[in-house]
Amino acid sequence: MSKYQYVPEPALVKGNHDFASLTRLVTDINLRPTPKTWYLAMIGANALLMTMVVAIGYLIWEGTGIWGLNNPVGWGWAIINFVWWVGIGHAGTLISAILFLFRQDWRTAINRFAEAMTIFAVMCAGVFPAIHVGRIWAIYWVFPIPNQMAMWPNFNSPLLWDVFAVSTYFTVSLLFWYVGLVPDLATIRDRATDKIRKVAYGIFAMGWTGSNRHWWNYEKAYMILAGLATPLVLSVHTIVSFDFAVSMIPGWHTTIFPPYFVAGAIFSGFAMVLTLMIVARKIYGMKEIMTDDHMEKMNIIILVTGSMVGFAYMMEFFMAWYSGVEYEKAIFMLRATGPYAWAYWAMMTCNVLSPQFFWSKKLRRSVGFTFFISIVVNIGMWFERFVITVTSLANDYLPSSWDYYSPTIWDVLTYVGTFGLFFTMFLLFLRFLPMVALAEIKAVIPQADPHNYDEETGEYHKPKIEVPKPQSEKV
Amino acid sequence: MSTTEQQNLYGILAEFKNPKELTDVAKTMSKSGFSKFDTFSPFPIHGMDKAMKLEKSKLGWIVFGHALIGFSGAIAMMYFMSVVDYPMNISGKPFFNAPAWVPITFELTVLLSSFGAVFGMFFLNGLPKFHNPLFNVERFKKATDDGFFAYIEAEDDKFDRTEVKKLFQEAGATHIEEVYD
Repeated sequence: MSKYQYVPEPALVKGNHDFASLTRLVTDINLRPTPKTWYLAMIGANALLMTMVVAIGYLIWEGTGIWGLNNPVGWGWAIINFVWWVGIGHAGTLISAILFLFRQDWRTAINRFAEAMTIFAVMCAGVFPAIHVGRIWAIYWVFPIPNQMAMWPNFNSPLLWDVFAVSTYFTVSLLFWYVGLVPDLATIRDRATDKIRKVAYGIFAMGWTGSNRHWWNYEKAYMILAGLATPLVLSVHTIVSFDFAVSMIPGWHTTIFPPYFVAGAIFSGFAMVLTLMIVARKIYGMKEIMTDDHMEKMNIIILVTGSMVGFAYMMEFFMAWYSGVEYEKAIFMLRATGPYAWAYWAMMTCNVLSPQFFWSKKLRRSVGFTFFISIVVNIGMWFERFVITVTSLANDYLPSSWDYYSPTIWDVLTYVGTFGLFFTMFLLFLRFLPMVALAEIKAVIPQADPHNYDEETGEYHKPKIEVPKPQSEKV
Repeated sequence: MSTTEQQNLYGILAEFKNPKELTDVAKTMSKSGFSKFDTFSPFPIHGMDKAMKLEKSKLGWIVFGHALIGFSGAIAMMYFMSVVDYPMNISGKPFFNAPAWVPITFELTVLLSSFGAVFGMFFLNGLPKFHNPLFNVERFKKATDDGFFAYIEAEDDKFDRTEVKKLFQEAGATHIEEVYD
């Protein structure tokens, strides 16, 4: 066999699935009675959600004094968690939009799932800017709506750009998600036997019939949305990074922030998709759709973005030295050796070191190891936001104003509580909506291509390509 | 056959085995000069637009219009608020601070374009439409599962009950049914 022999891509859906079996596999989850374990999980998630509600309630009652903020560090866990959650959300749109434009068909197995994660993560993120203002009842001041003070928001402020960026991101992600859902909701509507489901899914399916005249506009709309969402993903985290980069604080005032934040966001987002996917595919028996090949591809993206993040860390150090600004140099030395060195090295270990294991094909394809690394990466990215936010604020120009920041129990409870919001929404999603984009996954199996049918008989024949063994196995 | 029945006849629906046969019958239908016909499948089939001779979707223009509204609306809003209505001197920055307005202009352009794409798509498709005579056909439920259907409306100028049935039969339909409203 020649070295350059054509090696076909492995099938995207494993097992001998046809259209009907895929429909059953995915929609049966929504149609069968609610499993008891789901209720158990829901109770846990709701308990956490209640924690968040209580923490926020106390915050509104008492003010931001209950948080660990001090004089130099006026911006602690709220912004850390906000940036972290927004970052988590980015993988969803990346998978659904950018990979769509690049014709990466493997995205179909996980895009619905990842988009749901995006929406819920952005909801969690949105909690923090809303409550960190202290006077939450005046939050409407950030919106350009007429009020009795004849006052308008300041369009020169990156914080206001954030308001527009995040709310646009949320709205567009939601629309994108909903458009993708419509044909699948119609599938459930047609399969449902009880009246409530028929009506409920029927309303949201809007009378979708699967007409090819409709598909024609639909595909166009999906393409345009993907084209719109692609720059949007990049812009959102860029604008989030402006919150820092536009200021004059040493360690923040850098042009590397936008791309570096975006890479970090994708890095943590993919890790979160993997964490959720590995659990869900096991519970719901989706291993034939969300295969190890998908996991491997995502691990490669984690490896790439993780290395980009590592490169950015080193570049920050280089620029601090190269700029010749002593405050800049000092802050970076302090990050690595100062009072927050523990956070810095935790970040370095989790974000730079841990993804490097994925150079090994064996580890990339190991489910347990991937699950472990995906959690490590998410912890690492949280530390990154922590290091950026806290170290720069705690030690700025004037040593006399330096102070050490530590969170209070309320910081922790609010953060932990947002997981309650996230998992509550996610459990509802798993229960009531198809977790795999059915119409899309059907379109990528070989039976969907009219060319795979025999001209004469019209029967489907499997493309007969001899699958040679990969080179690596022979050696 | 009574006349009332003739009036109520909405069209003829035929089921086909697979995407290939559906594409073939779509070619036949468009070649035979039908204009009010459609094909239904659980997923978009590649090449169906050519087979059905569909026109290019107008959606791009709708989105473009919305993008212009978003773009100019954003600039108009910020101009009115920070130059006309309530100019504020913030660290000596100009009132018309164009670079600082880029992010919000971009975001609002994207937002309005997305509205255009989604609502424009539903508008072009005539959705939501909860009543459709096709939903009276029990078998049609398969269209969102694994069924491939072709349909010719009774309103079509060339519509003829027996001719249409013959066309479907020759194309290899596994099931042919009249649709009443």
